[in-house]
Amino acid sequence: MALLTYREALRAGLDEELARDENVVILGEEVAQYNGAYKVTEGLWKKWGDKRLVDTPISEAGFIGMGIGASMLGLRPVMELMFWSFAYVAFDQIINNAGCIRYMSGGLINVPIVIRGPANGGTSVGATHSHTPENLLANMPGLKVVVPATAADAKGLIKTSIRDNDPVMFMENTLLYGEKWEVPDEEDYLIPLGQADVKREGKDVSLIAHGRPVLTCLKAAELLAAEYDIDAEVVDLRSIRPLDEEAVLATVRKTHRAVLVEENRPFCGIDAQVASLIQEKAFDDLDAPVGRVSTIDAPAFYSPPVERRQLPESQRVIAKVLQIC
Amino acid sequence: MDTLADSSVYADAAINQGLSKEQKISFLRDLCRIRRFEQTSLKYYNLGKMGGFLHLYSGQEAVAVGTISLLGENDHVITAYRDHGHALCRGMKMDECMAEMFGKATGCSKGKGGSMHFFAPDKRFWGGHGIVGGQTPLGAGIAYALKYKGLKACCLCYLGDGAINQGPFHESLNLAALFKLPVIYVIENNGYSMGTSLKRSSAYRGSLAQRAEAYDMAWDVFQGEDVYEVRARTQPAVERARERSEPTILEIRTYRYYGHSVADANAKKYRSPEEIERYKTQHDPIQIWRRHLEAEGLITEADYEEIDRQAREEANHAAEFAEQSPFPSDSEIQKDVYYEVDHQTEAARHGTYFFNT
Repeated sequence: MALLTYREALRAGLDEELARDENVVILGEEVAQYNGAYKVTEGLWKKWGDKRLVDTPISEAGFIGMGIGASMLGLRPVMELMFWSFAYVAFDQIINNAGCIRYMSGGLINVPIVIRGPANGGTSVGATHSHTPENLLANMPGLKVVVPATAADAKGLIKTSIRDNDPVMFMENTLLYGEKWEVPDEEDYLIPLGQADVKREGKDVSLIAHGRPVLTCLKAAELLAAEYDIDAEVVDLRSIRPLDEEAVLATVRKTHRAVLVEENRPFCGIDAQVASLIQEKAFDDLDAPVGRVSTIDAPAFYSPPVERRQLPESQRVIAKVLQIC
Repeated sequence: MDTLADSSVYADAAINQGLSKEQKISFLRDLCRIRRFEQTSLKYYNLGKMGGFLHLYSGQEAVAVGTISLLGENDHVITAYRDHGHALCRGMKMDECMAEMFGKATGCSKGKGGSMHFFAPDKRFWGGHGIVGGQTPLGAGIAYALKYKGLKACCLCYLGDGAINQGPFHESLNLAALFKLPVIYVIENNGYSMGTSLKRSSAYRGSLAQRAEAYDMAWDVFQGEDVYEVRARTQPAVERARERSEPTILEIRTYRYYGHSVADANAKKYRSPEEIERYKTQHDPIQIWRRHLEAEGLITEADYEEIDRQAREEANHAAEFAEQSPFPSDSEIQKDVYYEVDHQTEAARHGTYFFNT
């Protein structure tokens, strides 16, 4: 196992897929000569050249749409958004073109594109740059949504996403890019979409999360064990659509209690769907109401200490667990 | 009338000189087929056989017939929601198109797309797009893929004059010029973006196509009622795309006989009856082309009548086919959403894709 940052793991995955398939092309703002706004693609332009690493103008609707069109003819564009927040100016292209063309053509066309970039709060960049649109995009059948929380997952999932024949919305996190994890050395490390991962085994309560809140839950779990003798299981959804419903139900059937944690806001958040799933299919297994911890329901606050408290913190997770345990 | 006189220049253009009698007659057949297909679809739309909107192309036929006639085996087409003419020119069958509008399982999109969303990737026809201007980045992308693959080819991307003020179109122009993409944006300028005339919707100097200059891109503007003229003026753009991988904007001035869609309640208010009548009598693309062929001694009036009769018969047969076809079953609702699910691949083995209540 190599110790890699989330950024390095992503880069390794991209590099391997560039080598594997000549139809893979990376496009986005500053991805080539600048080496990536967040250095995910650092060194790839030097290695692969102008054809495979393409700097685009600041023109998300245009270049995302261009990537979608190119993918219809068999290219596998990997489009970098400097922030997922910028996807909002390309929303028509993503929803109506990437999301609907297969359906409206009766299955004659498919759109093997990956759109990737960071989607997170917590960096004091204000509301416009702090969106987490996995709920908006997962609402659209035809799109797939993936949110890796660790370096290993980032590598395994980006490789799978590039090989997938449907449009995959891949959401990273600027606060994780520099964090290190063990990443398996195996030559072709792939993680299937739709497969959750139990990041910590436990028996008393299930903490179900995706993205950086998985790490928040792991921290909360340690504190719960140390201070309250509560043994929490942490389940990382990893993929939002497809969703590993079996993993959610399995952990609830094991612990009989669930707290759902996400950086989305609560209204129509991912966890609204997960809570609905649990009450419908595991109602008799529950010993307490399902708890939710989300971002406090407002646009992202700029002021750093307030924004930190607006996001789901481990103390809020612990408080919610203590309410139901 | 002056249109015919002017067009003798175009009839003599190199690209038109080489046309055989059969090719010229096939253009007449295509013009008539589009017209009759749409007249038949209008009849059934008014009988309540179709849902949604019906955007008719009648009056604009020479644009699709002329431009698409120039394309070769590696060239591609994408357009907006007024797509019947382009689809038929690309070789789609009346049966599958009519059935699609009837919402039948035998439709080209199995009844999932409707009038605005015809697709035939096997014929290099990529739709049929409902959001105004939304197809223009896709057109750039198709051209991007052609260039990436090293093909000498072009993509014709059509849009209406109402689409030229959409942001993504301007982004597409910048990308096309910046990356030297072999895309030709064809603005079919019928004078009205729905009920708003050009003068009330667009700020421009001279012509809409002239906006290309801001992107250092080639452009041209011409009339779209004579197939000779359309072909002669489009050919340089096709060559520019294929040979030099450079984009072009063409503005082709044309006219639609019907409203924006059949549901356009004001179709007869924002245009005078005299204006509509003038186009029908003096600028009709079918009659102009027919007169060319008669003047050249290639067809007689009886030949024209026969070609038109066949087109009408084909359209009527398509309507019968559509009528008799079954509606899709409800089990179709969750098919054609994800490629991997449809093909039951290894990639689709995990997780839930559809969230049914």
